[in-house]
Amino acid sequence: MDAGVTPTEEARVKLAVRGATKYYDTKSGPLHALDNYSMDVNEGEFTCVVGPSGCGKTTLLWSVAGLHSLTSGDVLLDGEHVRGPHPQIGMVFQEANLLPWRNLTRNIQLPFEIKRRQTDQEHIDHLLERVGLAGFGNKFPRELSGGMQQRAAIVRALSFNPSVLLMDEPFGALDAFTRDEMNLLVEEIWLETRKTIVFITHNITEAVFLSDRVFVMSARPGRLAKVFDISFPRPRSLDLLATREVFELVNEIKAEIQHTPSAATAAAALEMADG
Amino acid sequence: MVDRELGDKIPTFGDSQDKGDQSVGLTNLSAFKGGEARSALEIAAIIAVAVVIVGGAELLLRVFEVPQFVLPPPSAILTALVVDFPFIAPHLGHTLIELFAGYAIGASIGLVLAALITQVPFAEKIIAPYILMLVTTPMLALVPLLILRFGFGYEPRIIAVALASGPMVMINAATGFRRVDLAKIALARSFGANTIQIFMKIRVPMALPMIIVGLMIGAIFGLLTAVGAEMVGGGFGLGNRLTTYSATIQMPQFFAVILILSTLGILIYVTFFLIGKKWAGWES
Repeated sequence: MDAGVTPTEEARVKLAVRGATKYYDTKSGPLHALDNYSMDVNEGEFTCVVGPSGCGKTTLLWSVAGLHSLTSGDVLLDGEHVRGPHPQIGMVFQEANLLPWRNLTRNIQLPFEIKRRQTDQEHIDHLLERVGLAGFGNKFPRELSGGMQQRAAIVRALSFNPSVLLMDEPFGALDAFTRDEMNLLVEEIWLETRKTIVFITHNITEAVFLSDRVFVMSARPGRLAKVFDISFPRPRSLDLLATREVFELVNEIKAEIQHTPSAATAAAALEMADG
Repeated sequence: MVDRELGDKIPTFGDSQDKGDQSVGLTNLSAFKGGEARSALEIAAIIAVAVVIVGGAELLLRVFEVPQFVLPPPSAILTALVVDFPFIAPHLGHTLIELFAGYAIGASIGLVLAALITQVPFAEKIIAPYILMLVTTPMLALVPLLILRFGFGYEPRIIAVALASGPMVMINAATGFRRVDLAKIALARSFGANTIQIFMKIRVPMALPMIIVGLMIGAIFGLLTAVGAEMVGGGFGLGNRLTTYSATIQMPQFFAVILILSTLGILIYVTFFLIGKKWAGWES
């Protein structure tokens, strides 16, 4: 059992997605992105959602963040409907998404400016120190490596101390070594802060390394294919990735993704049948 | 509950949605990309070229005894510039007043309109052809009409400058405001930003490089139009000096005025270059 959660304590559902369905209106007709997707995430749990590219993972996360409306279905945070951006939810975007016209310090201040709150400088300095970015405050995003940019984005998301952290393929654009490094860092930070994390990736190994549970999504329209419990002890080391258990688990998840009758192909077949 | 700022678009990352649209402005940001600190050697070379050209012109014009009404030698132009400057200065003042007043009116209307119409894509589609007409029609052509209505004072010139600079500012600023990066707006929205905050903290900074380009082009077009309008009619301003000096064959004075005008143009360019470097340097 993880430190901090006593065996007697019942796992509490922090974030719930119920029957999330999403259609986009496109020029070529409605695009079915999410299909009746449901998941419960417990408080302090690290979950990953894996699935093939374009399966609706980002749509799911944007909906959870209140950035998108669902065509049908609900998102509940602490049992209450999420109907728009929520102060308890922090988001880490693909490719860091720093504002290129602001230096690091001012990028991290953005949430406080928008929320019209006093910058929590002590907390920010601690976080910057923690991710190894102390002293880089005057640098502009273009002067930083991809890994450093993503560290800054993590600091920005954590700066206002949300209880839920949503991470949208944050390390997809990084090279393998930097990605490993970032995964270790994320686990460390999670162990320290115990945020509830939903982490989206198409990298199964990354998902297995980080998660308590892996939610596997089918190809578009995204639906929940299977949930895997990952019970390796923490903190995990990169050596874990070389073990047979991980290898087998990754293959099992991969097989699950490939074998799930791709809803897209099914839909395409249907469309063809419809003429 | 469709998000007002994000709409219902499929999430995209890192592409401003205007990729093919960049060429709408008359120039691009390359103006801000060059101009890195030049070495002493380069500066020396630039000065040397000037010396050779000016000296060479002086020498050739004197050796071949070219009459002054064809082309006065540089020394005569410089002498005229110094000697006649007290007389030319008030005219420079008039031109600057017309330029500043017209530009202030035109540029601010252009900026506000650009910010407004880009928020309503439908309105933008409707207005676009008319804006294009305003941009492409030489506003100088209206000056005789304006003079009929407003007389020979400042008014027709200021209006012409505003009409010439406004659409230039507008069309470029609109290009800037159209650069919507969904991911950056989503970022601000995720912190709970409202429409005004998204406008001030995301849309304006993203548009700023194109706004500065627009302001620069607008200012240069404004100068052009101010001088042109002065040449059409009225008894004052640098343009009026040009027509008067050429009519009375005072060529050194004529070229002295040309020199002042090109200095004004360069000042405009350098000012906006520096502004661009400071406020839009992140783009390059």
